Amino acid sequence: MADTTFYRLVSVIAVFIAWEIAGRIPISVAFPTFSSTMAALYDMTADGSILRAYGQTLQPLGVGVLISAGFGVAIGVSMGLNRLFQWFWEPIFVVLQASPVAALIPLITYAYGIGLTAKTVAVIMLAAPIIVLNTYKAVRNASPSLIQMCRSFQGTRMQEIWRVIIPNAAPIIFAGLRLGVAAGFIGVILAELLITPTGIGDLISYNRSIAAYDYMYAAVFTIIVFSAVMVGLLEKAEINFFRPEKKKGH
Amino acid sequence: MSTLSMAAEPVQADTQAQDNVVEVRDITKYYGSDIHALNSINLDFPRGQMTTLLGPSGCGKTTLLKIIAGLLEPTDGQVMVNGKQVTGPGPERAFVFQDFALLPWATVLRNVGFGLELTNKPKAEREAKARHYINEVGLSGFEDKYPHELSGGMRQRVGLARAMAVNADVLLMDEPFSAVDEQTRRKFQEDLLNLLAHEKKSVIFVTHSIEEAVYVSDQIVLLSPRPGRIHSIIRPEISRDSSPEDIRRDKTYLDTIEEIWSDLKKYLE
Amino acid sequence: MDVFGIRIPPVFSLLIWITLWEVAGQMDLAFILPPFSAVVLELFQLIARADFQSAAWLTFQSFVIGMGISIVAGITIGFLMGSSRMANSILGMWVNIFASAPLSSLVPVLMLLFGLGQTTIVVTVVLFSTWIIALDTFAGVNHISPSLSEMGKSFGASRRQLLTKVLFWAALPEILAGIRMGLIRAVKGIVIGQLLVSVVALGRLFRTFSDNFQFEEFWALTIVLFIFALLFSSAIGWLEQKVEYYANTRF
Repeated sequence: MADTTFYRLVSVIAVFIAWEIAGRIPISVAFPTFSSTMAALYDMTADGSILRAYGQTLQPLGVGVLISAGFGVAIGVSMGLNRLFQWFWEPIFVVLQASPVAALIPLITYAYGIGLTAKTVAVIMLAAPIIVLNTYKAVRNASPSLIQMCRSFQGTRMQEIWRVIIPNAAPIIFAGLRLGVAAGFIGVILAELLITPTGIGDLISYNRSIAAYDYMYAAVFTIIVFSAVMVGLLEKAEINFFRPEKKKGH
Repeated sequence: MSTLSMAAEPVQADTQAQDNVVEVRDITKYYGSDIHALNSINLDFPRGQMTTLLGPSGCGKTTLLKIIAGLLEPTDGQVMVNGKQVTGPGPERAFVFQDFALLPWATVLRNVGFGLELTNKPKAEREAKARHYINEVGLSGFEDKYPHELSGGMRQRVGLARAMAVNADVLLMDEPFSAVDEQTRRKFQEDLLNLLAHEKKSVIFVTHSIEEAVYVSDQIVLLSPRPGRIHSIIRPEISRDSSPEDIRRDKTYLDTIEEIWSDLKKYLE
Repeated sequence: MDVFGIRIPPVFSLLIWITLWEVAGQMDLAFILPPFSAVVLELFQLIARADFQSAAWLTFQSFVIGMGISIVAGITIGFLMGSSRMANSILGMWVNIFASAPLSSLVPVLMLLFGLGQTTIVVTVVLFSTWIIALDTFAGVNHISPSLSEMGKSFGASRRQLLTKVLFWAALPEILAGIRMGLIRAVKGIVIGQLLVSVVALGRLFRTFSDNFQFEEFWALTIVLFIFALLFSSAIGWLEQKVEYYANTRF
């Protein structure tokens, strides 16, 4: 699909040009041009501040996602296999998923201080419900005909779970993990903006406070790009490992 | 008693004097650059008669029907309806779909009147016409039901009533009975013949069932695949006076089926 | 789940969680967690307060305006995406980027550009909810059986008739699901916006409560927002039920 990539590139360039024009008018004192934002970005990359910032941000993100994934998948699988667990956990996670849990982030400081732990908790708060619910639905909706097939060949319950249900549910569980990573990223940025400035959130807040808008926008720009790239890579991994029928050339 | 006339070449009798509701000239269709669906099709469809396009998968019969309907564009060639060239759908042609294509959120009454709704006919007129055709297809009493409450056979009757309600010159039917069970299918064939005798419409019918084609048609166009072209044209001269059961046992009926079958066998893999 | 043969609906498990909350609060396990009963009492007092009511009304107005814009924009984008492969690949790229990006990082930018008032709230709502509505609309459009649009064309439907009489209704179940998700995201967006701009309206209330360790009030306000989100989501769920009769039998 060479021409789609071409037109996408054209649309991206068009957006950058519109940004540049808007910055030159200017539509607002606080709206830097595309070129000055890129210059600021170059600056921050060159002196390493971007790298340091992401290094700090990715720590609670990574830890938080790992913990959410570990506990989330475990709870989700148990919910999918056991009706009592489902009864107990489903409503609370549905409520958490639908509610603006961001409102609770300022409270985290009272319980966990302002360090790594607090931000990891923020990640877990946002990522866990999605992972749990996706995993639970995947397991609950595992193909009934495959399960019956396993039983018809006298498979044990353990075999049924590990050889049929979990592999069958794996693509959707992975999709849930992907959504969890995206949600966790939101959590850590919020924590950095609301609790203590570190990492990339700090770059935004600090530069705003000194009115260095081009640097601030550059930081936001990297977040959008980082998120797009991260989600894109996870999607590719998902297709590669779990959905070979969607791979190009098949 | 009856004779079977089968042309050796795809030439039709009496083309000059005939009143054709649809004429197809040099229709060719390529999908992309390598799929040659139809190759230079020339056909006349006489008014007031039922012509069936019959053939194995890949012979292009549905493609040809959709080109006539104006839902597909031919790569080359023209379609004439009532002597005038057409490109695109028009009020002289009405289509009956294989998967019924009913609006699932609308009642039977609204579905049957949908074609009229699109041409902005006033509501009272639409509903009156719709009720008439609902009655014609035997669905009286079901006006306020929704498609999900109907069986497959009933849904197709709604599709048929809708096509008849717009009073087109020619009905185009794309394997209309293939999505229902065998018994319903047979009943449909008989009901369709009764209806057409009543309403005197021209019909172009697509099917892959030889029995169906021979049972209902005045004229059968056999198409062969890859690329789709006319193999032969057959007029099964079957007397319609006897009962449906007798017709299905009539010698000419059975012979015609056998001849077509042995003809088409060589195109199956 | 059954107890002594009586069916207990899943919602009742929330009661267990609420009981746990009450017990934890009474036992003073964490000073940020007052007993549930205290929070509920505070909730009724909170709703009666004038500053809450004016803040809530302001926020609600912006919410409705913003949702109106994002519903129209989202459905339009979704249909555009479904109209051609080119539109799909270009628009799809942008919509997907923004649907999964941490939009909260854009809120400081919005604050700079639009100030601290209602406009920012409206823009936040639009920013947070449009993309999911577009994605779900597109999914709905994609699902439409091709023979339905062929049928419309065969009976002479104009482009506008096809869109309004056939395509929109055929995609409606997915559109409603998208609006429901968009609603939830919009509420999250408002909360985030209010937290970051803790100078006006609900944000100011949040900040005041948490600065002064007024946790009953804080949780009461939070629960009000949670209930607000769930109520709206149920309202759309009700609409979705109305179209369910044909959603599963589309052919």
